[in-house]
Amino acid sequence: MSASMLWNTLLMSLREIRRNTMRSVLTTLGVIIGVAAVIAMVHLGEGATRRITNDISSLGRNLLFVFPGSGRRTATVTSAPPFDLDDARAIAEEVAGVAGAAPSAGGAALAVYGNKNWRTGITGTTNDYFGVREWALDSGRVFLESEELAGTAVCVLGATPRKELFGTTDPLGATIRIGAISCEVIGVLYEKGRSTFGDDQDDFIAVPIAMFQRRIAGNQDVGVIFVSAVSASATTEAQRGIDALMRQRRRIADGDDSDFLVRDTKEITELASKATGVLTALLGAIASVSLLVGGIGIMNIMLVSVTERTREIGIRLAIGARGREVLLQFLVEATVLSTLGGLAGIVLGLGGSYLASGPLGLPFVLVPKIVVIAFVFSAAVGVAFGFFPARKAAKLNPIEALRYE
Amino acid sequence: MPSESAPRASVREGATRTGAPLIELRAVTKIYGKGEAEVRALAGIDLVVEDGEFVAVMGASGSGKSTCMNVLGCLDTPTAGEHRFRGVEVGALSQDQRALLRRHYLGFVFQGFNLLARTTALENVELPLLYRGVSARDRRKRALAALAQVGLAGRETHAPSELSGGQQQRVAIARAIVSDPAVLLADEPTGNLDSARTVELMRLLVDLNREQHITIVMVTHDPTVAAYASRIITFRDGLVLTDVRQEQAA
Repeated sequence: MSASMLWNTLLMSLREIRRNTMRSVLTTLGVIIGVAAVIAMVHLGEGATRRITNDISSLGRNLLFVFPGSGRRTATVTSAPPFDLDDARAIAEEVAGVAGAAPSAGGAALAVYGNKNWRTGITGTTNDYFGVREWALDSGRVFLESEELAGTAVCVLGATPRKELFGTTDPLGATIRIGAISCEVIGVLYEKGRSTFGDDQDDFIAVPIAMFQRRIAGNQDVGVIFVSAVSASATTEAQRGIDALMRQRRRIADGDDSDFLVRDTKEITELASKATGVLTALLGAIASVSLLVGGIGIMNIMLVSVTERTREIGIRLAIGARGREVLLQFLVEATVLSTLGGLAGIVLGLGGSYLASGPLGLPFVLVPKIVVIAFVFSAAVGVAFGFFPARKAAKLNPIEALRYE
Repeated sequence: MPSESAPRASVREGATRTGAPLIELRAVTKIYGKGEAEVRALAGIDLVVEDGEFVAVMGASGSGKSTCMNVLGCLDTPTAGEHRFRGVEVGALSQDQRALLRRHYLGFVFQGFNLLARTTALENVELPLLYRGVSARDRRKRALAALAQVGLAGRETHAPSELSGGQQQRVAIARAIVSDPAVLLADEPTGNLDSARTVELMRLLVDLNREQHITIVMVTHDPTVAAYASRIITFRDGLVLTDVRQEQAA
């Protein structure tokens, strides 16, 4: 078939499709829905992954967590000894690639101001915390060194307790009660918002760790140490350094398992990505079934079309069309149909996921790869499912076809 | 076999050059079905058609005339016997090759016009040229010329539904002659036309036969239509009953 013939076949196909628009749309509905669903799923999934990554990086840049316990589930689950303040200091001073380390000890308590009260988390920590967690102040100041050493009863409010206890009033200088202790408010933190995992990041009050240990907890325990590395590439080095240092400080013999864990946010991100990835793949597979059904719909209609146009096929054969030219004609029609359906599905899928992203709180991330794959697949569906009807047309006997009523 | 874009050698010269008749059937038999349901549509006929003839084929239904036309049109192959077109044994050709033969040397006109619906007259006439790979510009030029030849200049943008029966049949003839065929095969071309249109159409065919030297083989049941031909072949029971040359009607 010459190029001119092919071009004409293409135009004829478009005309044939437009001639019966309603039927064409209904025929390709399966393909449209399948493609739209796959596109939408993948884009929403990508947005969700991006959101998680953004959230986790908002915890702090190049952040590592060090906490006691082992990854393995043994009979003695949390029998690992906690850290102490010296551990945090050692990490900050002795490990290469570490920018800062903040110890953290916390618990829940009731905060009261006037006639308002609010149950919240109390985090005892050092000023390093605000740097490591990249938490800026909205107003006021952080702890003075003297206050850290003395364990003075001062506190920095997160945005939520501030809102709950003070409304719009300026809380600086006011005295609130945390549990049984009176505490002066010296600072308020910027609002970070809700994390991907659902919890409110701003719902806590920071106090000097010495104050927490002496007056609230009654012990020297440090639950977790937050560490920030100097750069993204330094996290692995820092992780190794912390591991070596802590093993030494906790006197763990070579060959024994560590009784603490060093995790970085990258791992958590990867875990989350994998989870959403699996979900996306599953939904995508289900949507692909719709594509298959769409193909069957196309085959069905093409068979009907061949029967309806038996006379026409007979004329073409009589005039001198070869079998393969008739086959190509109907194959092109089926492929054009499915490809148009694919395009419509892509537009619908992109539009839908774009509109849904806002209300779902997800960023819209374009995934060109899946768009191309969807397009190619929709064309392939046309070729695959159009072949049988096209072959049927090509094999018609011209004499009988011309006699067909 | 010529390629699609082969230049059209003047087929009228072909016969004199090779010396072979345009169409030759020798002891052609066509049998449908098997065993008890066997039907002998053609029982061994001999036939020769030369260039420039205007042949009318008559006979009752079941006489074999339609089968003969199908064989002449290369739409069907004989069960036995030889069918030569310009000396080429058609029975030995593949289906594709026969399609090409039809494409380059034959033109068809049917009783039911058999135009493509929802397609303009021009596009209908262009169809054979499309399969020949002729460029769009040339296609249009030749199609318009063919339509003018059959007296339908100015109607090229009309769809068949917008044309009368007589006009549709003339579009069909234009389509049949646009590729400058050696033979025009017409199956009851006036069957769906009234007497006035019939006369009109027959005059057109006589013109094409005389002026353009297009060989015509036409099936008809109407003796007044057959009178326009220069030769009448009558079939009965799968055999040629009579083969008479005559004076053509005006």
